Amino acid sequence: MSILVIAEHDNHTLKAATLNTVTAAACLGDDIHVLVAGSQCASVAEQAASIAGVKRVRVVDAPHYAHLLAENLAALITTVAADYSHVLAPATTTAKNAMPRVAALLDVAQISDVVAVESADTFVRPIYAGNVLATVRSADRIKVMTVRTTAFAAAPAEGGAAAIESLAPAVEVPGSRFVSQQLTRSERPELTSAQRVISGGRGMGSGENFALLEDIANKLGAAVGASRAAVDAGFVPNDYQVGQTGKVIAPQLYIAVGISGAIQHLAGMKDSKVIVAINKDEEAPIFQVADFWIVGDLFKVLPELSGELDKLQQN
Amino acid sequence: MKVLVPVKRVVDANVRVRVKADGSAVDIANVKLSMNPFDEISVEEAVRLKEAGAASEVVVVSCGVQACQETLRTAMATGADRAILVQTDAELQPLAVAKLLKALVDKEQPQLVMLGKQAIDDDANQVGQMLAALLGWPQATFASKVSVEAGKATVTREIDGGLETIEVDLPAVVTTDLRLNTPRYATLPNIMKAKKKPLDVVTPDALGVDIAPRLSTLKLAEPTKRAAGIRVADAADLVAKLKNVAHVI
Repeated sequence: MSILVIAEHDNHTLKAATLNTVTAAACLGDDIHVLVAGSQCASVAEQAASIAGVKRVRVVDAPHYAHLLAENLAALITTVAADYSHVLAPATTTAKNAMPRVAALLDVAQISDVVAVESADTFVRPIYAGNVLATVRSADRIKVMTVRTTAFAAAPAEGGAAAIESLAPAVEVPGSRFVSQQLTRSERPELTSAQRVISGGRGMGSGENFALLEDIANKLGAAVGASRAAVDAGFVPNDYQVGQTGKVIAPQLYIAVGISGAIQHLAGMKDSKVIVAINKDEEAPIFQVADFWIVGDLFKVLPELSGELDKLQQN
Repeated sequence: MKVLVPVKRVVDANVRVRVKADGSAVDIANVKLSMNPFDEISVEEAVRLKEAGAASEVVVVSCGVQACQETLRTAMATGADRAILVQTDAELQPLAVAKLLKALVDKEQPQLVMLGKQAIDDDANQVGQMLAALLGWPQATFASKVSVEAGKATVTREIDGGLETIEVDLPAVVTTDLRLNTPRYATLPNIMKAKKKPLDVVTPDALGVDIAPRLSTLKLAEPTKRAAGIRVADAADLVAKLKNVAHVI
């Protein structure tokens, strides 16, 4: 029984989400293979080969995989999947786009956002914005699943020495073309893998006021996130959104500022190790999941917090 | 151009669900049910395409129990022209829904299928992609901007790192994200008018689709609650707690 993990990458760098997915795969068996589909992606294959626990890396390098469009990626995975009992990918937007297509082409169910592996055919996944955990059993011959990366530790990126083999590309699927990309550039850590995150909500009042959060983020080495309300209001770009339909994260420290705590937001951060909330409304639901909270005006508390962090660094 | 818009009836976004004591199901007795919020966005987008002259007809579809007719009437009250209910009391999983929709697409021949990127009950995020695969159509998921012209759709998608724009040939499947539009409210005259719009009912059997579930649910449980936290007085107190108690800074 071999297990296939779909690598998440940008043709140069293997994304950390792949490491968590390898750990999920290791709960199922030890013959773990990684599929790297891309264009000019040889360095990604080498990084995948050095992940501890990976036995084989299969690389498909062709121009029509450059942007990992769902039609081409799914067609490829579907042909490769025949040799495997399980096909796993991290629950990123790339895999969420392509994997259900794979499942349908194989005529099997997909198990989305797996948070625990109970056995080879039984998995736990969240439903209703994480307010309910469902244990489900699949009767299909191939289990196609996406993995919630926050639920599995990262496999060591070094220590493996997997064999790398090239596979022929699948025939190009017409009908869909990449036009352009607008990626948010930041010097700060990536939201999904950051150990510390500070997020702002509607209470921030404007995009300019996010500078208060960025100042603290810089001092903590934290990423900056946001609630849906802040994104909808145009304060920050969409990729800042933490929540049921945005990013699901579980950093060591999560600081929620001016966020009331709708269940859709809690779904994205309630598994963080330590949660801090700053809100002027004493009744804010965010306090129910917070380890420490301050009831107060964020425009007063944030500069004070910044000053306290300076003092800490001087000591 | 005809647009087909599948909609799902789900527990309202503002309801906090409870699992039944025996762990067999979520208790939805006496709970408010509404149209999946992402599907409201797809209905709105389809209606706007019609108002802009890019679409000629908006057909809404729902799969499920008889009460889904209410959801379909709501969609018609906000501008959809007619409705189809695939009626069944059986459990429907995403692959089964995709197969039912494929059967309807084969009959109705729309150029565009527009549906929410995920339903807020099962949070699966699968049906649109599965339908596109079964039809052999291109897909544009997680759309935050859609423009349709000359047999193709240009779609801006919300992705992990920011935004991506792709172009797909029609016919295609588009799944909608939160920021595509703000759905309108149904007005009373339009609610009255919607009652007279056509609503056809078909069954999975009549469509010749096997809807047998592939996953069996063994157990439902609520996640463990976090331990109660403490209120701290000010930023100095907070930093002290984070350093000396929680050890995270």
